[in-house]
Amino acid sequence: MIDNASSVPIGKAAGAGTAAMPGGGPASSPEADAPLLEVRGLRVTLPTARGPVQVLRDVSFTMARGQTLGIIGESGCGKSLTALALMGLLPEGAQVSGSIRLDGQELTTLDEPALCRLRGARMGMVFQEPMTALNPLHTIGRQIAEPLRLHRRISASAARAEALRLLERVQLPQAAHRLDAYPHQLSGGQRQRVVIAIALSCGPGLLIADEPTTALDVTVQREVLDLIGELVAQDGMGLLLISHDLGVMARAVRHLLVMYAGAAVESGPTPEVFRRLAHPYTRGLFAARPRIGLPRGTRLETIPGRVPDLADLPPGCAFAQRCERAQDDCRRAMPAPIELARHHHVRCLRPHGQD
Amino acid sequence: MPVPAATLDDGRVSPDVPLLEVRHLVKEYHLPRERLLAPPPVVRALDDVSFTLQAGRSLGIVGESGSGKSTLARLVMALETPTAGTVRLDGEDLHALGAAALRRARVKLQMVFQDPYGSLDPRRTVGQTVSEPLAVLQGMPRVERLQRAAEALEAVGLRSGDLGKYPHEFSGGQRQRIAIARALITRPRLIVADEPVSALDVSVQAQVLNLMRDLQERYGLSYLFISHDLSVVDLVCDEVIVLQGGRIVEKGPPDTVFRQPVHPYTRRLLAAVPALEPSV
Repeated sequence: MIDNASSVPIGKAAGAGTAAMPGGGPASSPEADAPLLEVRGLRVTLPTARGPVQVLRDVSFTMARGQTLGIIGESGCGKSLTALALMGLLPEGAQVSGSIRLDGQELTTLDEPALCRLRGARMGMVFQEPMTALNPLHTIGRQIAEPLRLHRRISASAARAEALRLLERVQLPQAAHRLDAYPHQLSGGQRQRVVIAIALSCGPGLLIADEPTTALDVTVQREVLDLIGELVAQDGMGLLLISHDLGVMARAVRHLLVMYAGAAVESGPTPEVFRRLAHPYTRGLFAARPRIGLPRGTRLETIPGRVPDLADLPPGCAFAQRCERAQDDCRRAMPAPIELARHHHVRCLRPHGQD
Repeated sequence: MPVPAATLDDGRVSPDVPLLEVRHLVKEYHLPRERLLAPPPVVRALDDVSFTLQAGRSLGIVGESGSGKSTLARLVMALETPTAGTVRLDGEDLHALGAAALRRARVKLQMVFQDPYGSLDPRRTVGQTVSEPLAVLQGMPRVERLQRAAEALEAVGLRSGDLGKYPHEFSGGQRQRIAIARALITRPRLIVADEPVSALDVSVQAQVLNLMRDLQERYGLSYLFISHDLSVVDLVCDEVIVLQGGRIVEKGPPDTVFRQPVHPYTRRLLAAVPALEPSV
């Protein structure tokens, strides 16, 4: 739905200007004019006890080099599955159709060894819970050096020096001292900095961060978000940020994709999406959010009903049964994306701001 | 049992005795010894915390990990013993009560936890879970227990027909409603809610917050509302306490604390709340 490769200034090539070079081997030679990431008609079906269920339904978006894109939505909307599909980490038995191209290279047809060479080297990953992402039995230094030795085949001492440089880049206090520390000796925010250092280690062109600050305190959350923002800008990396928090998105990404029930329902530049709130679901999310300064005793607006069961979706727009604007035609077929303004798309027959 | 100053006709204590009165509360934890003969290091999780909460009002406790807010919740619930200080509910010192008296006092005091997945026993029906706190009211006939459970479920917007179902049949928001129904069933005066909406999606969170407000009006409940989310506390609470390192650093109505913060830590917390206006 986002088709704005041209709107974003083409950043310098990933990793240029730093010691890290994009890895990935000869098979990956990026096409210079291809967008960083192009997802087209992505559909994912998972086997469940009740039969196959389509959990991603025709998701499309494009990211230019250096672009920051946020995917927002509630539990079960498919935002994390989209990230897993990009990384080739979908659960066993998942059926994928459609296309995912990274630097012009099709990923959906790659086998596991090829994906393994790609992950870490060209796609860095940061997850919600840094304690589970790190191995409690290995030192920080060893865990940062591992991808370096795997993907860049450098010596142990060079890897250790590089690990120190990375820890300094993510502004871990007493970095030299911390190389030999274990994860439990660090705070949550410090651990997440280490995970970010590992994600950056091979100079990937794309950083995928799935709820990277959700488990952190609010002041630490801000520091980590700002750090991710700085690093992404310095390296010209693309950032795919997944979050349920509108405030986090406002702070961290220039483009936004709103997902509902496995489909992308609205996408566009963050200020545009926030200003217009075209899709009734996007608008509902905004209204439901408590914020400081509401008069005491305000009742929050809620979205009536609940998220539909993906195994039993009604025909038509999945949001129609909860939408006050829905008419009969909304229930007939899933609305095709329409362009509201340049780069601002919505899958809705009656978007706000068109009355 | 200490006799409250005065008792109203409906069994409630006179309005000049606060519902909850916490005085000079201190809680220290001993860490494992670092050396064999050295005394074990001590962490002061709560350091001289005092406040009062009047019936029908809500008090928010905000602070980050390690600020002592969950320790405070456990002490108010009398799940742990303080190192020093008192917690009085309707004038009764909870930590001075014997086991039987404490069980009776707990009828007035219920708790809702953060995780609606972890706080419900997956092997028990909703009816069993919701009516469990009634066990302290010995001798209540089964028919009445079921009646109360059905009422509690309906009060939180579920159906009495859900009594025979199991937790896995419900969504996260519905499970939190079940947890609230369990807290309501003894007709408590005070509900200690520890991050009750933090695990919920935005739209579900709004539903549960509205429900908690409705229940407060309907039953005259008081909430001790613990949250890291300042905007939730701003919406729900009449008064707010900011905890840092076990100490109260700021206290007052949210209008004052969140709009004219005095303490640097409160200012830092507020500055870190992501604004809705895009900054990019």
